[in-house]
Order: sequence, then C-alpha cells, then structure tokens
Amino acid sequence: MRGKAKEMTPEVTWQEITPGGTIYEPGNAEGYKTGDWRSMRPIWIEEKCTQCMLCPPVCPDTAIPVKDSKRLDFDYDHCKGCGVCFKVCPFNAIDFIKEEDKEE
Amino acid sequence: MSIRERLSGNEAIAVAMRQINPDVVAAFPITPSTEIPQYFSQFVSNGQVQTEFVAVESEHSAMSACIGAQAAGARTMTATSANGLALMWEMLYIASAMKLPMTLSCVNRALSGPLNIHNDHSDSMGARDSGWIQLYSETNQEAYDNLLQAIRIAEHKDVQLPVMVCQDGFITSHAVENIELLEDDKVKEFVGEYKPDHYLLNHKEPIAVGPLDLPAHCFEHKREQAQSMINAKKVILEVAKEFEKLTGRKYEYFEKYNLDDAEIAVIIINSSAGTAKTVVDKLRENGIKAGLLKIRMFRPFPADEIAEALRNVKALAVMDKAESYSAMGGPVGAEVKAALYGKADGIKVLNYIYGLGGRDVRADDIEEVYNSLMDIVKTGQIGETYRYIGVRG
Repeated sequence: MRGKAKEMTPEVTWQEITPGGTIYEPGNAEGYKTGDWRSMRPIWIEEKCTQCMLCPPVCPDTAIPVKDSKRLDFDYDHCKGCGVCFKVCPFNAIDFIKEEDKEE
Repeated sequence: MSIRERLSGNEAIAVAMRQINPDVVAAFPITPSTEIPQYFSQFVSNGQVQTEFVAVESEHSAMSACIGAQAAGARTMTATSANGLALMWEMLYIASAMKLPMTLSCVNRALSGPLNIHNDHSDSMGARDSGWIQLYSETNQEAYDNLLQAIRIAEHKDVQLPVMVCQDGFITSHAVENIELLEDDKVKEFVGEYKPDHYLLNHKEPIAVGPLDLPAHCFEHKREQAQSMINAKKVILEVAKEFEKLTGRKYEYFEKYNLDDAEIAVIIINSSAGTAKTVVDKLRENGIKAGLLKIRMFRPFPADEIAEALRNVKALAVMDKAESYSAMGGPVGAEVKAALYGKADGIKVLNYIYGLGGRDVRADDIEEVYNSLMDIVKTGQIGETYRYIGVRG
C-alpha cells in the first residue's frame, strides 16, 4: 500500500491506492501548484512597499512568504490572483494586472 | 446467561449503544427515531457511558460531525429517520467514500411528501446507492443484534465501510417486545476496541483526510470502495457465525421461512415479514407449498444466494415498501429480478408496492398476494407484474 503524495502517481492501481484518498503525510497542499488557475496577477512594487505587513495575513493561501518580519515577492506557484492583497495595500505597492499582460 | 427484558425497538438500540459505549454520538431528533438519542443522552448524563454527545442543529451537521469524529479516530454512532436521513444525503456518500466505519440506526419512515411520519422504506431505499452497508430488522431483537454486529462488520479491515441498521418506524421502534440482551461485558468483548490504522488525532503520523481527488485517481478510489462492499459479504457471515456462538441466534444474508420446497414465495423486508410468516403457516396447514424469503442484507445485495434459494419456486412476489417511480416497480423488485436473470429465469415474478406512508399491512393483504401467485401457477398467466396492494381504488 502506497501512502505518500509523491507515490500517488498516475500509474498507481486501485489495489495500491490508499482507501478514501487519505495521504499518510501532512502538508500536501504545498506540492499542488495551484498558481496556474490564475487569470489576474499581483505585482509587488518593492520600492513603494513600507513593509507594513497588512497583506500577508489577508492572503487566503500562503502566497506572500514572510522572512525576518519582512514580506518577500509573491509565490506564484500558489497565488490564484484573487486580488485581496492589492485591495488592502494602502501604499499602491501592489499592482494587479491581467495574467497575459505580464512581462516575461 | 443473557438478560430477558421487554423493550421497544428504540430502547433496544439505545441499550445496544450504551453497551457499545462509543467515543462519539452526534444526532438530531426526528420522529420516530428521536427516542434513540433521547435515551442515549440520559446514559451520557448519568455517567453510564463515556461518550462525547454532540447535539447538533441539523442532520447534515450530525453526519458531518460523525465524519469528523470517525476520521479523528473515534468510534462514532448516530440515528435518524426519513427527512433527517435525506438531509444527511450529501454526507452519507462522503462517509462511505472516505471509508469511515461508523454506524447509523435508521428508523424507517416515509420520506416527505406528502408529509407523513409513519413507516415505509422510502428513506433508506433512497440511500441504497450511497455506499453504506444496509441491514434490515424484522423485530426489536434483530435491530439490537444487527447493531452489535454492525460495529464488527464496519470496522473489519477488509470492509471499513459505514453500516446502516434499519427497522420499521413505530411498528418495531415503539412497540415493546420481549428481548434477550447480552451482558454489558459480553458486548464489550464482542465489539472490542476500535483501533484504526490511520486517524487524524495520531500525532505520530500526521495525515491528510479527504483531499481533492481528480480524474487521475478518483476512479481507482471508487473501485477500491466497491471492493470493500464485495468483501463485506464474507465478513457479514463471519461476524454472524461468531455472534451465533455467543447468543445462539443465527443470522445470514436472508432468512428462509418454509422456502426449500416452496412453489410460491414472497420476498419481504423488515416487520411485515412477521405478518407474512403467519400467512405462510396458515397456507401450509392447508397443504399449500408457500414460502418466504426475508432479506436482512440489502447492501451488499446477495444476488447469487437469492437466485439459488429460489431455484425451485414457480411464482414469486417481491414486496416493496417504497416506490422508485420507474413505472415498472420498486427497488427490491428491480434487484431481485436482476439477480434471477440468467440464473433462475423460469420464475414468474410479481412486484408489489405495499404499506406506503404507514398503511397497515394485514394478513389478508399478504394472503391475497399468495392467492395471486397460486393463480399464476395454476393458469400460467401472469398479467400485470407491477402491482399495488392495500391501496383504495
């Protein structure tokens, strides 16, 4: 019986799969890249950011990483582009653009 | 020595739950099953059980709380009827798909509408494809015995499925009958301790329960779930054998009453089987080879065994206390006919809808069914197979 998320390959058979879809390890959401659901994209403008820390707690995912009491750039693997951080920023330090308008 | 008592069906279930002493009971009251959580909450208040009783605001919440508790690693039980079961609908499928071996006492009542609080099987028959094992009970004794066995069946490592134990609302739930109870310590020993392999409160092995299951894996999970239902057939017999050793009371997939040499037979579920048995006795006194098959296990459905048991029957009536609005009969009729196809094709099969909304089922009604079967055997003519009995007009 396989039980870890990485063992749940597209080849796993019904005899090997865990009953009920239970995964025998925690923290599996990190491994599931949901960023490609995004149609709108927040852009962090670092020079305008005062590190007021209003944005990280309103993110419904954990797509605004925080290190040493400072926010870092967005985790685009998990940001779904909801725009709540853009709304809450008092300093216009977050832009919110269409995904297709992003600069490569 | 077992204990001789006089209990209603609801009391018998509540006493079984007290003896099982589950970790969690989450329930919401609904007629005619209300007394089960009512009696049980008294046991909680009296300190007779160590159960966490969760008083919820709806049956949807009751089943949700049961799912959470069972996933956490708790042995969990509940009870409901009719629209309460219907309100659990969404969660019933989740409980079975997540392989959570809880037990539910369903006190069968007509599902509204029209609004009705009396007995038929439209509630549990509607839930027949929800992935729950379903056991049915003719008497208070059978309801009690089935619930004790349900714990063992559900929690067996080859099954891990929820079990619904059904009995007829008011007819058995509120009628006081003689009953033989097991001693508390014997029940405790029989059901054993619940020790799941994986559970949420196990800090040594953090797990994710109920994650998103996309097309790459969902199909495999459903197949695995179906295997559990297939495995349940063997386990249900094993548990019954062990229970028989303990109590002397024998349980199988179904009860055969004068069936072995029967030419005409009726298939029926729950309390009306008692009525049908008195009719069989009367017909037998008159030399008529009448028999009865009372289904105990409806999910999984014992198709091969029913076909084998009916091999020598010439005409059969399948009784359905629920409509399925297929314009061709009821749910038991459909399953039995499917079971006979290719295995016992010569049998002429009628399907009767009876007793809806608590309509009394009299011995005369059942006798009329047997008389129709006798006519079919005599004339070879079957006529309309989708019939109603006991309805005016």
